[in-house]
Amino acid sequence: MGIEILGLPLYYYIAMVAKVLIAFVFVLLTVAYATYAERKIIGWMQVRIGPNRTGPMGLLQPIADGLKLFFKEEIIPAEANKFAFLLAPLVALIPAFITFAVIPFGDTIKIFGYDVPLQIVGYYDAGVGKVVDMNVGVLYVLAMSSLGVYGIVLAGWASNSKYSLIGGLRSSAQMISYELAAGLAIIPVFMLVESLSLQEIIKAQAGMKWFIWNSPMTFVAGMIFYVATLAEVNRTPFDLPEAETELVSGFCTEYSSMKYAMFFMAEYANMVTVSAVMVTLFLGGWDGPFVSAIPWLSPLYFIAKVYFLMFLAMWIRATLPRYRYDQLMHLGWKVMLPTTLALIVVTAVAGHFGFYTFSGLFGN
Amino acid sequence: MPNPFTPIMQGMKITLGHVFKKPVTLMYPDERPKVAERFRGLHALKVSHNKAKCVACYLCPTVCPAKCITVEAGEDANHDKFAAKYEIDMLRCIFCGYCVEACPVDALKMTGEFELANYRREDFVFTKERLLEKK
Repeated sequence: MGIEILGLPLYYYIAMVAKVLIAFVFVLLTVAYATYAERKIIGWMQVRIGPNRTGPMGLLQPIADGLKLFFKEEIIPAEANKFAFLLAPLVALIPAFITFAVIPFGDTIKIFGYDVPLQIVGYYDAGVGKVVDMNVGVLYVLAMSSLGVYGIVLAGWASNSKYSLIGGLRSSAQMISYELAAGLAIIPVFMLVESLSLQEIIKAQAGMKWFIWNSPMTFVAGMIFYVATLAEVNRTPFDLPEAETELVSGFCTEYSSMKYAMFFMAEYANMVTVSAVMVTLFLGGWDGPFVSAIPWLSPLYFIAKVYFLMFLAMWIRATLPRYRYDQLMHLGWKVMLPTTLALIVVTAVAGHFGFYTFSGLFGN
Repeated sequence: MPNPFTPIMQGMKITLGHVFKKPVTLMYPDERPKVAERFRGLHALKVSHNKAKCVACYLCPTVCPAKCITVEAGEDANHDKFAAKYEIDMLRCIFCGYCVEACPVDALKMTGEFELANYRREDFVFTKERLLEKK
């Protein structure tokens, strides 16, 4: 089997670098054009046109925005803690991208005679005959998504400005509250799959048995997870950290130029990531019709589902007003947290009697 | 407790419906708005027999609530009174149209012209030459 490094064949490393590049470029492009898509979609929903001056149909808008931000002046407030101030945008941005390392974005496909699973930290073990990936993938996702809050808190504190600080504090309070609900909403999925590996979770949903409609418990869990992730990535209706009317611009008030853009990239990258996690856990990942016959369809299904969820987030943003702070905390702690806890109990009891799925409930 | 999902669904339905509506946006510098027939924009001095109809009767500066019209009378070769100087300060004008109503000889009208931006303060004082009706 050719050259081996650390017990793994060389092609594994080549494939991994290629997958890292493809996934990174894909997420980056999606982030850039998500801003454009969001402005267009919200424009249409408000019976406007949206950006249309730069390039055909405004398609060069993200590039124009990026260039403009690059040429803006870098301002570091005199009272700011310089090191933390510079570090914060990176701390916000990196976890947003790094989560994609464990998300399977396609089935195992044959490239030049090699079986390559479309997941960055996964490889096809011919001896076992299945894909080996990180066996605690979901925990990794949760850990990385919690890291993002540090960037925001750091930005709020390092700016040494009252608006930034309040924005950062609100953000951290909100993220911690909703992470609980999001984390607990995943547990019914583990209970059904009996594994934390994302590959196993997708395999359990193969053949259109997606968790969002396959079982009443996971349906509710999926709904709660989606709302909680919206709150976690600070999207409307939970965008209190950047409530302009109250906090100027929240934690990024003092930021300018590319550092400001990095917070926005982090926000949109987080949106891509949580959509991908939602797709993996509840919408069957890359599963879809004819996917076992034509494995090349699987990444397309995955992308389509992620884009659909992102469209949903934009749609929600165009529709719903922002929550009041006490309503936000009420929803997080008094509605979603007890519901997810009850859901875990219900899943356990139902599982004990073998009523996991809708078909189990209503007879085959 | 009222059901919180129905209103959200209704709202989502409305926003989605708007996507398929024709945008109301007017691409302003490329597309021009159609101003109403009786829109009160920039004034114009009407012209008849190649000269302004104005007879410098001073009714318009008298009625003007913003005091933005300056008229000075002159006498022409036929010993007729005419406006030697007729200026309207567009920075003071409130576009009420009283001057047009007051005019006994129908020498003044208001056009649909509304782009009155300029670079210098002096340029906002429209002289007689600039106010003459363009045919």
